[in-house]
Amino acid sequence: MSQPSLSITTLHSNQPPRVQPIPFDSALVDGVRVNLSAVERRVATLSGRRTVKKQWQAAWLLKAVTCIDLTTLAGDDTPDRVRRLCAKAVQPVRRDLLEALGMDKRPLTTGAVCVYHAMVPTAVAALAGHNVPVAAVSTGFPAGLSPFPLRLEEIRQSVAAGADEIDIVISRHLVLEGNWQALYDEVLAFRDACGPAHMKAILATGELGSINKVAKASMVAMMAGADFIKTSTGMEATNATLPVSLVMLRMIRDFAERTGQQVGFKPAGGITSAKLAMHYLMLIKEELGNDWLSPHLFRFGASRMLGDIERQLEHFVTGRYSAANRHPLG
Amino acid sequence: MSSMPSVAQIFDSMEYGPAPEELGPVRDWLASHADGFRLFIDGQFVAPLGGTETIVTHNPATGETLGRLAVAGADDVDAAVQAAARAFPAWSATSGHARARVLYALARLVQKHSRFFAVLESLDNGKPIRETRDIDIPLVARHFYHHAGWAQLLAREMPGTEPLGVVGQIIPWNFPLLMLAWKIAPALATGNTLVLKPADYTSLTALFFAELCAQAGVPPGVVNIVTGGAATGSALVEHPDVAKIAFTGSTRVGRYIREATAGSGKALSLELGGKSPFLVLEDADLDAAVEGLIDAIWFNQGQVCCAGSRLLVEEGIAPRLIEKIKTRLSHFRIGNPLDKAIDMGAIVAPVQRERIDALVQQGVVEGAELWQPDIPCPDDGCFYRPTLLTNVHPSNVAAREEIFGPVLAVTTFRTLKEAVDLANNSRYGLAATLYSENINRALELAAKLKAGVVWINTTNQFDAACGFGGVRESGYGREGGREGLWDYLRLKDEWLPATEQRPAPPAQAASARPAGLGIDRTAKNFIGGKQTRPDGGNSRPVYDAGGQPAELVGEGNRKDIRDAVEAAFAAQGWAGATAHLRAQILYYVAENLDARADEFTRRLVRISGHGARDARREVDASIERLFSYGAWADKYDGQVHQAPLRGLTLAVNEPIGVMGIVCPDDAPLLGFVSLWAPVFAMGNTAVIVPSEANPLPATDFYQIWETSDVPAGVLNIVTGGRDTLTKTLAEHDQVDALWYFGSADGSAFVEKASTGNMKRSWVSGGRTRDWSGPHGEGTAFLRQATQVKNIWLPYGD
Repeated sequence: MSQPSLSITTLHSNQPPRVQPIPFDSALVDGVRVNLSAVERRVATLSGRRTVKKQWQAAWLLKAVTCIDLTTLAGDDTPDRVRRLCAKAVQPVRRDLLEALGMDKRPLTTGAVCVYHAMVPTAVAALAGHNVPVAAVSTGFPAGLSPFPLRLEEIRQSVAAGADEIDIVISRHLVLEGNWQALYDEVLAFRDACGPAHMKAILATGELGSINKVAKASMVAMMAGADFIKTSTGMEATNATLPVSLVMLRMIRDFAERTGQQVGFKPAGGITSAKLAMHYLMLIKEELGNDWLSPHLFRFGASRMLGDIERQLEHFVTGRYSAANRHPLG
Repeated sequence: MSSMPSVAQIFDSMEYGPAPEELGPVRDWLASHADGFRLFIDGQFVAPLGGTETIVTHNPATGETLGRLAVAGADDVDAAVQAAARAFPAWSATSGHARARVLYALARLVQKHSRFFAVLESLDNGKPIRETRDIDIPLVARHFYHHAGWAQLLAREMPGTEPLGVVGQIIPWNFPLLMLAWKIAPALATGNTLVLKPADYTSLTALFFAELCAQAGVPPGVVNIVTGGAATGSALVEHPDVAKIAFTGSTRVGRYIREATAGSGKALSLELGGKSPFLVLEDADLDAAVEGLIDAIWFNQGQVCCAGSRLLVEEGIAPRLIEKIKTRLSHFRIGNPLDKAIDMGAIVAPVQRERIDALVQQGVVEGAELWQPDIPCPDDGCFYRPTLLTNVHPSNVAAREEIFGPVLAVTTFRTLKEAVDLANNSRYGLAATLYSENINRALELAAKLKAGVVWINTTNQFDAACGFGGVRESGYGREGGREGLWDYLRLKDEWLPATEQRPAPPAQAASARPAGLGIDRTAKNFIGGKQTRPDGGNSRPVYDAGGQPAELVGEGNRKDIRDAVEAAFAAQGWAGATAHLRAQILYYVAENLDARADEFTRRLVRISGHGARDARREVDASIERLFSYGAWADKYDGQVHQAPLRGLTLAVNEPIGVMGIVCPDDAPLLGFVSLWAPVFAMGNTAVIVPSEANPLPATDFYQIWETSDVPAGVLNIVTGGRDTLTKTLAEHDQVDALWYFGSADGSAFVEKASTGNMKRSWVSGGRTRDWSGPHGEGTAFLRQATQVKNIWLPYGD
């Protein structure tokens, strides 16, 4: 579990191979056993078992930056707003801070920029020449209840517009009904529509009502070839939580043990502090190992968190607590 | 610090770095005591009266000296006990509210100094700062808060009780301050004063606590803390003015304490060793179980009396679970206990480390396969890697002996029944853990496991509101919860001074068969539902009130006791009978006794010399008593404790098992009924030795039981010489508890002889009870006929 991590920053021209779907296997779903109280205890105690200080903390915070999907998903998004975001993605941390940290020689960017379909061309143009992939939310995001053919078409159009990654949403009712075969078929169809683009399957865990169903939906999405499984759209009443994340990570581990394939993980929504980001990284290191501490296999769906990380990094460099206005907006 | 990695290197490696906790004011405090620590007696820190011997206390992670502890001699212990005795009248008369304020202040002070305590405890004991900071110290504060509440409510919730007096408390080194809290908080809440002896390896947090006592308003003498070694502990155990000893530690020392206090009238609560099973069923969340094992056996370096040290895993999932354990341990972190990112710290002392290693090596010799992770482990300091022993059979030393280290012994099982058999195949019975997502299997196991605590899908959970303690050789008494308070209280006027006992006439040859009794009626023993001839083939005469031979009863011997215990053991299915059925049978017995009331009255008149009205009154009282316990059978409920978790903590009153009852000579019918009925009502089986002088009311009961649906073997009677029969019962390792109502000498004997299997004993100490008064029946008896099992059941999806 503790092999050295892969390369340092994301290079979307050098993304890992797609996860290959496997045939639907109901035994993998039926065999799921998750005890919520035990999950919560693991999460609650881990933050006391592990911590990073000083330059370790700085390095880990920078790692977190490289795993951020810098995101704007608002009705009032405009091309200029998206370009500003892309600029931040390319230079997420002030150059002088990177110099002070001895990290200025590295192409340190966020993991991706994540937008609606309409903004994909703008983002692709803004990021041209930089190794920052563009991700598009799709399939009738966030509820995923538009006509099925339209959802497939939406994927195809985003890929055609240059999106490197597609964040699909699953039909929650299939989970609530326990219709795992149908869920598998749906995700598999989405994956086919993605073509070369990597697919992140959003489970909307806050709407699944059961930790065991979160685990089962994770397993089904991976069987259907999801490259990432993602907690939330950011629009649910409850978005990413550490307990839900732990369960999804363990399903990823089970899937890797059974198939040899590494599926990525993306918690999204509600992760606003550097401290919480550290907890996520530690959880991943403990449960999956260093392989997953890389934007190839881990992303934060979080934008506000970056501001806090920048302030913490400056504090490490200067010894003084920092202020928000000292760091460029995205 | 020579080659600190750069940010870029760490960015690539994503390794953890050091995260040491600062010593801060602990360093200054230790320096200020560089000339040696003192004893805390009567509110003052004092030097020992006599010798100059000291104990050097070390940081086990580094070997560095932390300080020198005073060694209290017998005269110092005496001074502490006398101080506590002087303080007792005022403290026990202090209002519950005033005591609550003191306990509340202690809780607050612990919280205010929580970091200090956490650092000092880690330094002194070697356990990780994470544990002291997140577990030990918060639980300490919680214990004082909770018991502040009990002080406030005691008068209302425990009416008719009083504190015991001066309590001697001896605590171990594995949870030094937490064990102090478990001892001191209930003692103070109930109005006792105390002398506490911390373990010699780990006395420092107790000494800092002593400094806080005055600030909290603890009056001088109420809390006394004496440091020292085994001799100090012995002086406390043997001190005549100590009313109770509360001990947590090894079964070996517990046994010594039981023997040393036998016959002294001291109350005793013992929380001893364990070899607790940790069961993983095939329907479990295996990742949850793995983390449970981390919290069970790799918590506090495995130096936990209730550590889940025996993993019993269902065969089909064993390979997968073991792989998961190995994976998990391969990124376990051992090292400096003061590092905030360490999973396991140092073993408390080199001698303990050597003992652990010797037992592991012996386990390997006996066939276990050893696995330890290849992880960094400090070369110096007292460390031991987390250890997995697989292929451990029940006969292996690693499955039987308490290793008290980070060593897990793995055994597989096939069926639930086999799981129960393996789990209960131990001399101990402290705790048990089980992981299953199937509530039917989980609760069935929880009911069948012999343990004082059962954790379902969690482990090593402690809370002040929940009783903790064991069964079998893991000891008796509970700490925490309402059940824990009883170990620091007694009922007012429960016992009466011994009455003039009618001396039993000298045993003589049974040739003088009494004349004029019509058809011969020689009572036999009653074993396994049958009237059986005594093994020795002898009978003994019973004399009437006038000293004339009245009848013959069997002269039971040790083999009769053996057979009766066999029968009682075989009848333990009785524990599973419904409470309603138990009640019905008791009412039926009452009905049949009522039908034969005249006959029993005549019997009492003849053997006791009472007048007919008194005799009739005793018969009627016996009938009423049967009704009482019929009523109690389905009403002596447990509790649902308010533990801080989403779930239930069920405190279940369980039968103890096979009980011996040695009946008093006074009230030969009512005393007899008053003892077996509660034992029976709670689902125990029993071997009863009736009054030696007046056994006939008991032997007359055979026919009543036979006609009242009492199941065979549940109640057994052996008549004969009390001392011989008592000795066999007290020494019998299959007898789980023994009630003895007789002489002071006999009581002392029972307590001393109980140490074979550490059976619970309840003795009259030569005193008696008013069998027809309020202390003749009720919950005092039911408490002695049950043991509380706390079942922790978190829920959620």
